[in-house]
Amino acid sequence: MKKPLFQEQLDPAFKYQVMKEPGGEKLALCFACDTCTLSCPVRVQEETYQPRTIIRLILLGAKQEVLADPVIWLCASCFQCQERCPQGVGVTDLINAVKNIACREGFIPKSMTLQMGLLAKHGRLLEIGDFENKKRDKQQLPLIKEQPDDIQKIIDLSGASRYLPQESE
Amino acid sequence: MKKAALFIGCTVPVRGTNYEQSFREVAKVLQIELVDHPGFSCCGFPTHAINRMTALALSARNLALANQASLSSMITLCNACTENMTHTNHLIQHDPVTRDEINRILNQIHLQYHGEVKVKHAMRYLYEEIGLDTIRASVQKPLSNLRIAAYPGCHYTKPSELYEGFDNPENPHTLNELVMATGASIVSYESSCCGGGTLGAKEDTALQMGIQTLKSMKENEADAIVLICPFCDVMFEQNQKKMEKLNGEEFNLPILYYPQLLGLAMNIEREKLGLTVNRIKLDKVLEKIQSGNKE
Repeated sequence: MKKPLFQEQLDPAFKYQVMKEPGGEKLALCFACDTCTLSCPVRVQEETYQPRTIIRLILLGAKQEVLADPVIWLCASCFQCQERCPQGVGVTDLINAVKNIACREGFIPKSMTLQMGLLAKHGRLLEIGDFENKKRDKQQLPLIKEQPDDIQKIIDLSGASRYLPQESE
Repeated sequence: MKKAALFIGCTVPVRGTNYEQSFREVAKVLQIELVDHPGFSCCGFPTHAINRMTALALSARNLALANQASLSSMITLCNACTENMTHTNHLIQHDPVTRDEINRILNQIHLQYHGEVKVKHAMRYLYEEIGLDTIRASVQKPLSNLRIAAYPGCHYTKPSELYEGFDNPENPHTLNELVMATGASIVSYESSCCGGGTLGAKEDTALQMGIQTLKSMKENEADAIVLICPFCDVMFEQNQKKMEKLNGEEFNLPILYYPQLLGLAMNIEREKLGLTVNRIKLDKVLEKIQSGNKE
């Protein structure tokens, strides 16, 4: 059951925060036609994921409800909503902006910190060691040497070190 | 002879070696010189949802390395790499604030980048730079009795604002034309996102998304699916058994990466096309090709 939204718990500044985030700039263009939700292939399987509802909640200032709800992570980034939006809201980019804010505010899913950890360790999402290179060699493919140094530097310089898994994880 | 950097990304060199090997083979026939750069790493796409600037700087690093090696053209095999690298190029060309921020990071690793390298997905490259006529002329054994469900995947055409009018996001046709150039015929089906982007967040939802498309391909009697993205392969091939279990009926739909299909039509030796890497048995497809050539 959804809980009622009380005005004193809403944050009227949230919509401006989203509009300042790259990708979220065109939020105010939305006229709530629902084309995004009706175009969404995730929504076909999952009632709870509705891009228009997320936009409405942002406009209402329901910051906690939007950022803490894992539902935003269901977006497949297929860009169907973005293609069809008659107002050019850039809905997929907007959802991505919301995910970036959610991470910054402490709501990063564990799968995402793990991905960041793999990148820092290997410079790539999937490890390439002797085993993988042996298989590549058999198929006459060039061998690959992992070079994570620059990748670690970029993670650090772009402010993403805080999203790396903690030592205990 | 055309020349381009080959960017293979993270998933292809480990889980899509069949795609990589077959593309390198067909590129030889089509006279494309592919240059590997030992410094290439992740394109950055996996970090985009977490921290946009990490994703942009990671892709700009790869593009800067290509530019440093005097390569003005880059071929990508993965749809996500294509989208993220093209997105970065787009911002560097149109958004000076973002361009400066990216270069502030690149400077620290002694690189800079100003949008010099043109990125194209391998199939877009074949379609635009090589052309259907040349591809048709390279076919030695037309695959005339094969019914193919061609699945381009989302980021091959979307977001369309990045791709300069290439193809049609609502009704993609370039992969169909590339498949037809091999002599195979095209099966229509109801297409939806493969679900790959949702897999990490909620597996069942992602699998249900994939099932919708597989069902329609099956109903329309496809012999095989042709793919051009390793994430679509994770869903449609590597997770097909799970989808069958969830759906309660078998699909048994083998997949071929497009360069494997083209390679078969070019009559390239099968061991050079990585066919043994394909997880769903290709026996029926290969038999059908064999019998078609006898007729």
